[in-house]
Amino acid sequence: MTVHLSILIFWPLLLTVLGALAPRAVAPLFALVGALVPLGYAVIMLVDHDPAASGLQYLTDDAWIEEMGIRYTLGVDGLNLWLVALTALLFAASALWLALRPPVRAKLFAVHFGIAETAVLGSFLAQDLALFVLFFDLMLVPFYFLVGQWGGPERIQAALKMVIYTLVGSLLMLAAAVATAVLANAGPDNTLSFSLAELRADLLGEGTQKLLFAAFALAFLIKMPAFPFHGWMPDTYRNMPLPALAVFSGVVSKVAAYGFLRIVLPLFPAAAEDWQLILLVLALCSILYGSIQAFTQTNVRLILGYSSIAQLGFITLGIFALDDAAKGAQGALLQAVNHGLVVAPLFLIVALLAARAGGSEDIRDMGGIAFRAPVLATLFLIVTLATLAMPGSANFAGEFLILLGVFESELAVAIIASTGVVLASVYALRLYIRSMHNRQGPAVTSFEMSPRDAVVIVPLVLAILAFALFPQRALDAGEPAVQAASQAVTGAGR
Amino acid sequence: MTPRGPAIDWEALSPLIALVGGACVVLMVGLLRSGFVRRHVVPSLTLVALGVTIGLGVWQWGVNTSIIEDSLAIDDLTLALTMVFCVGGMATVLLSWRSSAAEEAGEGEYHALLLTSILGMVVLVAAQNLVVLFLGFELLSIPLYVLCATHMRREQSLESGLKYLIIGSVGSATLLYGLALLYGATGSTDYAGIAEAATDDVLLYTGIALVVAGLAFKASVAPFHQWTPDVYEGAPTAVTGFMAVATKAAAFGVLLRLFDVALINFATTWGPALSVLAIVTIVVGNVGAIGQSSLKRLLAYSSVAQAGYMLAGVVVSTKLGVAATVFYLAVYTLMNLAAFAVIVARERETGLGDDISSLYGLGADRPLLAWPMTIAMLALAGMPATAGFFGKLYLIRAAVDNDYGWLGVAIVIGSAISLAYYLRVIAAVWMRSPSEAAAVVPGARPAMAGGSPEADPEEPPPRAAASQAEAAVRAPRHVEVVFVAVVCALATIALGIYPEPLFDVARDAGDALRSLV
Repeated sequence: MTVHLSILIFWPLLLTVLGALAPRAVAPLFALVGALVPLGYAVIMLVDHDPAASGLQYLTDDAWIEEMGIRYTLGVDGLNLWLVALTALLFAASALWLALRPPVRAKLFAVHFGIAETAVLGSFLAQDLALFVLFFDLMLVPFYFLVGQWGGPERIQAALKMVIYTLVGSLLMLAAAVATAVLANAGPDNTLSFSLAELRADLLGEGTQKLLFAAFALAFLIKMPAFPFHGWMPDTYRNMPLPALAVFSGVVSKVAAYGFLRIVLPLFPAAAEDWQLILLVLALCSILYGSIQAFTQTNVRLILGYSSIAQLGFITLGIFALDDAAKGAQGALLQAVNHGLVVAPLFLIVALLAARAGGSEDIRDMGGIAFRAPVLATLFLIVTLATLAMPGSANFAGEFLILLGVFESELAVAIIASTGVVLASVYALRLYIRSMHNRQGPAVTSFEMSPRDAVVIVPLVLAILAFALFPQRALDAGEPAVQAASQAVTGAGR
Repeated sequence: MTPRGPAIDWEALSPLIALVGGACVVLMVGLLRSGFVRRHVVPSLTLVALGVTIGLGVWQWGVNTSIIEDSLAIDDLTLALTMVFCVGGMATVLLSWRSSAAEEAGEGEYHALLLTSILGMVVLVAAQNLVVLFLGFELLSIPLYVLCATHMRREQSLESGLKYLIIGSVGSATLLYGLALLYGATGSTDYAGIAEAATDDVLLYTGIALVVAGLAFKASVAPFHQWTPDVYEGAPTAVTGFMAVATKAAAFGVLLRLFDVALINFATTWGPALSVLAIVTIVVGNVGAIGQSSLKRLLAYSSVAQAGYMLAGVVVSTKLGVAATVFYLAVYTLMNLAAFAVIVARERETGLGDDISSLYGLGADRPLLAWPMTIAMLALAGMPATAGFFGKLYLIRAAVDNDYGWLGVAIVIGSAISLAYYLRVIAAVWMRSPSEAAAVVPGARPAMAGGSPEADPEEPPPRAAASQAEAAVRAPRHVEVVFVAVVCALATIALGIYPEPLFDVARDAGDALRSLV
């Protein structure tokens, strides 16, 4: 069976644009269908995907811009399969949330939301370096508008800061991508080719690799964000509307992690080995800094934002564990999906908490919300426990694999990193206890979540539970691809 | 027996003839009394002349011949740029259709000057001889000096014309001096002759330096760009748009041909010098634009920065570089015209002139103007899904291809800085309410914080904003301006998704310079 990936990618964009032209009454329907159909596609792909098969499936490969050697190549393998599914799920959840609580100028919101989904799916599926860079940069545009138009009080500066910060990295990556293709001369008879497969087959010299690696790594570390490139994160997280923030934190940061696995490790293996320690130290700093910030901040959005920095530190750590069996990288991929699954419902729950705490998003104004909201409290507890990687959750499996991988390659790093697991439980439980339990806050009115909240959050929590039961599925699907990516480096090192 | 004159290749000459003929006809028709004829027939005839020129260009595509004793090269490079000029000219005609500038200066004269200027541009980029080069240069400049001053009742317009005249003359003089030295060093005015006779010689280097300076004035390459913001701000907006796109294209056309044909053997000498200029230009333009509150000044600095990017295509002196420059010039034309069309529309609708506050609330009220402005700014910044992305990609590729990788890095760093001001325009369009505009004194820096009308409904719109909104309702419908904005924006997007046709054109133009690899 062939799933046409172009339909998957461009469907959300098409539907939301049509929705913008449609009458106001039916417009939300368009946006919803635009997000639900990719979810359906993703589920079909999950069922249909053949883990035993190596290489790309559902390949789309057309000439696009011959002059530049850019091809329109899309494909699915174990590396992106689950991330595509995650993207589709989170966007569908947020679209549903938006349909039930329409923002002002909902049609325009939906258009930007559709562009965002298209860009994220495109960057996950692109198998051509230039195409990846294009989608990666495009991702920023809709979020700029979402922050700038629908954001909090400092939205315009926050949006500008976000774009400039992240685009510095992205544009350097653009230059590096062109340089990679030009220097590799991978195409037939010396024409340009950006095809990842061809670039992988014809690697550059080590000195060049190191420079190009730096440009790509910078782009991805800023996007994640990782310490010390996270300067844009607090303002952006404070100001982005929550449904957008749920997908932004849930999947956009994963594109960066995915970029390391898809592009950096296979294309610059020698450089990855040289830079490994630096990246590990940066990841370690992200874990410690993120965790410490997360249990000192009082704004719920920032607690989640800094916890994301810590979580993405773990993911980076796993990717650059570079152990022989690629356990770390597998854990990283698993953890990328896990983190997306937990952080999106958390951001939506923030909206519910704020509604019960007199509009405040500060945990000092919260407390005692669980009093009359047992269902909300239960759901929140499940998500919290998953966040702190309770044994039994898929997050536990992910972090365990990451640490296992690092233990095998860099023992000292692994020992320090394991404190991050403890710190995670501190900030996650602090968030839960301060908001749900404790003395009731002055402006808090505790009430149960309504069906329209439940219809969004319950499926997400069910997804977390289901994934906790079957993390092996994702691991099996990803194993060959991840090993190929990671062992491109470890194999080359020997 | 008829006397035998020199053989003239009328076919190759036809685009030039169309422009000359058009200018004469327009000037004559402009003398008629009828207001309808002057206001509508004259611009229509100008459009026809430009359309015919484009048509003849398409017809002559690929012929690649030299005419008039090899002084003019009618090749694909010339024709590609001719089309850029004509598209720019057509947009200018449409943007000034109902403007007071054309009326004050006399429609016939205004449009005849426009056509003559375009003729000068074509001669300039086709020139293969130093004398013809200078001829084209002056033919292009003199009508523009006049066009800048066509808002005869506005002091800034006159000031702009005068400033342009003085600085342009300095530029011309410098160029002429440089050309003279080139001739002195090589004993030839032909590009081919210069390429043959040129030797390592101080005279030649001085000549090259002066020529670069003279042409840099026209292309607004830093540090010869100081006139740009003032002249752009004062000139009638339609003329500013024309100068920003067509003059720039002409200046780069002549740079490409002169340096990549006549002086190609010295590429290792002028290449590094020009690349330093490119970097200075990128920095100066982008930094200069950041604080501007006048949109025309902002776009003036942005055009300086863009000139820096395009200079990279000249520096690398390869066919790829030529193709990348031509490609960029074409997309730059489209995105700039879209932006200028929106400025023209807002100048007429609001009383705020070209201040950035004239765009406040555009997103909510006028999607047909808001989207083109947004697309133009994103494209100028080089965001993907617009033609600007591929333009930058192509330039970077050309730079990296010939070991100027650091020039590619300069381009991307410049683009990152440029977002600071391009996004400010987009923020003005989508994220601010018209009520803020009233609070802003034109010329002052706009406040940074504020809310959308939906976000703070309790704030009543001040009276000034209300009357401004009424003015917008009463303002004449300028369909043609909106048309220019929308068409250019759509073309920018279309070429951002499927740029192959333009790549073909650019490649042909690059191949026209056979002296390159």
